[in-house]
Amino acid sequence: MKKTIISLIPLALLLGLLALLFLNMGYHTEQVPSPLIGKPVPAFELPLLYEEGTLTEQDFLGEPWLLNVWGSWCPNCLYEHPVVTDLAQSGQLKVVGLNWKDEFKNADTWLKRLGNPYHTILVDYKGDVAIDFGVYGAPESFLIDANGIIVHKIVGELTPGNVKDEILPKLAQLQ
Amino acid sequence: MRLFLIFISLIVSGHAHSIEVYNFENEYQRELYQELTQELRCLVCQNQNLADSDADLAKDLKDQVAEFVINNQDKETILAYMVQRYGDFVTYNPPLNTSTVFLWFSPFVVLLIGAGILIYNIRKKQS
Repeated sequence: MKKTIISLIPLALLLGLLALLFLNMGYHTEQVPSPLIGKPVPAFELPLLYEEGTLTEQDFLGEPWLLNVWGSWCPNCLYEHPVVTDLAQSGQLKVVGLNWKDEFKNADTWLKRLGNPYHTILVDYKGDVAIDFGVYGAPESFLIDANGIIVHKIVGELTPGNVKDEILPKLAQLQ
Repeated sequence: MRLFLIFISLIVSGHAHSIEVYNFENEYQRELYQELTQELRCLVCQNQNLADSDADLAKDLKDQVAEFVINNQDKETILAYMVQRYGDFVTYNPPLNTSTVFLWFSPFVVLLIGAGILIYNIRKKQS
């Protein structure tokens, strides 16, 4: 009896490992948790897509805002565009675009075709500021509070689901 | 023979393309750059390091690493810069802290279990 139990141990271990593997397949994401949550927005000074001059992180203090990293080359930005538009039009917070590694002509055409949901669009064609934000793919969105602290980050597209379950509750907590 | 030469030159030219050209001041900087880009993970294709990756972001990060290296920043400073932005996940050699304890010590736990079983079996055979 004891022998049977002992000889079953390797099988049990194997089954356990398989179970862990399957669980991990369900939960595994390629999302990298951002170390910037709870930290101040990295300092930047960026030109704007449609206006003269530059803006810095200081210019956004005073109210919560959402920084949405996008590019006209990015298929999922197209996919999330209606959600960004809805969120911006709901007037619940200021939605700022960060046009990342793009070209003016393409970005402009894209916005003219789909509509421009953004309050302001910052331009980072070299990608330096995106690196400071730890961006590794578009779209990404950062929820930032009135004091310039990064409260939440969404990697990948905004969806009606994550706006309702993550962005809006976090925003409500800020107010 | 001619076909062979063409084949060889194709292979070699492919490699020549993939090597980035940075104006390092000395061999030490070149080596530090190689070391860093092999230790840092490309976040776009997550099972590649920066050195192997052709992703756009990997190129930006390599440029950034090269710039730091040329400006004589040390390895710790450059790694800290990346970890601050992308977290411990960015390095293939993660630091030991509460969230990585399991990662670092689980192999030893498995080793201990194995040793335990081995000792148990030997003792049983001897008795």
